[in-house]
Amino acid sequence: MDGTLTVRARGVSKFFGEVVALDEVDFDVAAGQVHGLVGPNGAGKTTLLGLLLGLSVADRGSLDILGSSLRRGSAVPDRVAGFVDGPGLYPWLTARQNLDAVASLRGDGRSDIPDALDQVGLTDVADDRVRGFSLGMRQRLGLAAALLVRPRVLVLDEPANGLDPAGARHINRVLTGVAATGTSVILSSHRMDDLAALCSEVTLLTAGRVVFSGPIGKLAAEIGELDHRLRTSDAAVAEQVASRTPGVRVLPDDGLLRRPDADVLCVRGSVPTMDDLVARLVHAGVAVRELAPVVAPLEAAFLALTGAADAPMGADESTGADELR
Amino acid sequence: MTAAVAQERVAARPAPALRGYRFELLKLVVQWRVRLLLVACWVGPAVFVAAVSGQSSLPSDTLFGRWMGQTGWAGSLVVLSFCCTWVLPLLTSLVAGDVFAAEDRVGTWRHLLTVVRSPRRVFVTKALAGLTVIVLLAAGPAASSVIGGVVAVGDRPLVGLDGHLLGLGQAAGAVLLAWAAALAPTVAFAAVGLLGSVALGRSPMGLLLPALLALLLQVVQLLPLPVAVRVALPSYAFLAWRGLFTDPAQTGPVVLGVVVSLAWAVTATALAYLLFLRRDFTDLAYDGSGRRALAGGVLPLVALLAATAGVVAIATPASGSGIDRSKLQTSMATAYAHLYRLQSRELRRPDVTEAHLLTSAACDKGGSRVDDVGPGNDWRCVVSWHIPGATAVGSAVYQLDLTADGRYVADGDGPQEVNGFFQVRTPTGDAPNPLWQFDGSVDLLSATSKG
Repeated sequence: MDGTLTVRARGVSKFFGEVVALDEVDFDVAAGQVHGLVGPNGAGKTTLLGLLLGLSVADRGSLDILGSSLRRGSAVPDRVAGFVDGPGLYPWLTARQNLDAVASLRGDGRSDIPDALDQVGLTDVADDRVRGFSLGMRQRLGLAAALLVRPRVLVLDEPANGLDPAGARHINRVLTGVAATGTSVILSSHRMDDLAALCSEVTLLTAGRVVFSGPIGKLAAEIGELDHRLRTSDAAVAEQVASRTPGVRVLPDDGLLRRPDADVLCVRGSVPTMDDLVARLVHAGVAVRELAPVVAPLEAAFLALTGAADAPMGADESTGADELR
Repeated sequence: MTAAVAQERVAARPAPALRGYRFELLKLVVQWRVRLLLVACWVGPAVFVAAVSGQSSLPSDTLFGRWMGQTGWAGSLVVLSFCCTWVLPLLTSLVAGDVFAAEDRVGTWRHLLTVVRSPRRVFVTKALAGLTVIVLLAAGPAASSVIGGVVAVGDRPLVGLDGHLLGLGQAAGAVLLAWAAALAPTVAFAAVGLLGSVALGRSPMGLLLPALLALLLQVVQLLPLPVAVRVALPSYAFLAWRGLFTDPAQTGPVVLGVVVSLAWAVTATALAYLLFLRRDFTDLAYDGSGRRALAGGVLPLVALLAATAGVVAIATPASGSGIDRSKLQTSMATAYAHLYRLQSRELRRPDVTEAHLLTSAACDKGGSRVDDVGPGNDWRCVVSWHIPGATAVGSAVYQLDLTADGRYVADGDGPQEVNGFFQVRTPTGDAPNPLWQFDGSVDLLSATSKG
């Protein structure tokens, strides 16, 4: 990552009639950076990705990509590629023919087709019609189509959607490799573990507004307190110690945040207070067998910043397929 | 973050138009539906013409159908009549009506726009590819029916709509021109199909729009409309090509019909283009359909119809239905004279000229209480002519069925030896009697008599 900005958005707003899809969004992506877009359904992620791919134009603000300012009537620079709302593939064409069409339309990349298919692990089904492909295979083929143009900005909406864990890891490796060559990768995902593993920076959108944009570490730090699952050799003593530790709160057993194990407590506190709690437990002769966040820091930040933390569990577990924008 | 913005500007070039066009063409021709249509259009008419021409019972209800056994050119014109009624509008439905909606159905708009990087170019390449396939499909029946007819029956002269004979070159030229004239309304319907495909998105109404419009216009053509409105309809050129088969050719209706069709094609395409560019492709729920899109598509076309009708009304001398006694009498007398010569030749009588025959016709519609204007099946004409080699004047009676588009079928009502029987006995055997029943055409746009 060389620090040069490939994408720079300032005060970008987009309206759909009365609906404000994006509201004064500022957004920077550096070359070689994997940048995650996070937000609940309807937050404006797809709209923002659509703007980056030139599918629509911002109603207000400025959006510069690879040195070009995107305005009404101007084309997106050549080295921008990707997909939103799933890759659009022609079902009656084979995987190779779909890629061939992309290469032909863009004027180059035909010789890269075998390599692109190999990169996403579709060489064996290159001559099968896309009609019979699973969602995960389509996602891979969509990524291969994007890679054909040797992108400097790669825009992907839920690239791991429909992929099994091994497939998701494979795609993550591909994206990391692409970023290592200096390409900016901008992706949205509901899978916080993927984003945490892939992204150096994230932008968190809610109701069209940016509520956070920056390094993931900073986001986790901003959260402050996290809920932790604490498994010890003596739950009763541990609960007494925790309740006496400054900055630590023992959460009631609501059956949602922790398993109904007798030796498990759910405690809330910052990282330093957890350190203090561990020292006190050891001092009290209680063995600490497990201390881990109930949810990953990024997910916790997401829930906290989007106000979804108070929502019933499972209320925001959509895969995004039903997301309108 | 404080970082330098990329200074090196990466080129922003939309995909080359020719490559986009080839890809759109590929997407159309790989579809089985289009392939089957191509085969049907290029093979079916030849088989039909060859098969029907050999039958004893010919489709005499269809223009030129009664001549299918006589010349191969007639078969092509029968196919053209049929195509103008149904086939060409349906072809535009299946191709142009679906060319944009197909992307909605398979969800490829965003992919296509991301790769091509220019909605304008996507529109142009799609429209051109659709037009190419439609022209390929429309050329099929033209070529196929001519080949089938000429091979099965031969290229003998064609009897025109005023009874005059068109030799090989004339017939070939007129048939090709007629097919070319029919291409103009086909393009207009294709443009309406594009408009429907853009405006109605994945709704099947977009696919059906050209076919529904064709049905509506056919019904409208049956109504006793003012001639200015009739000519202003985009489907008028589907009928006007008949004027190419008279001597002199009734070129006015053909040219006007073609111009009106092309005006519709340009307007509908421009509307489709504007609607397409206004579409927001980041909104999955919106496929372009909607009341505003429909209003933006339909109202301008209605305005075009009104404007065209106004211009035609001012620019042409015809008024009312365009059909009156004087025009019909002229048409009947001319056709009778030509056909009388044809009958004389069949009967191996000494040749006569139309000038010697001094043919005239006296027509009346529905008796004295009905004005002698407009279409109807109650027209009756008495044709008189000077019998060659005699001082007597012959007369023959015809009952006419005259339709609102100016076409009529004259049915001989005696005397039997002239026009009362469907065959005549010639030295080589029985032959169809050209004076028994014949088709004719009234030029709707020529000056209407005031009296």
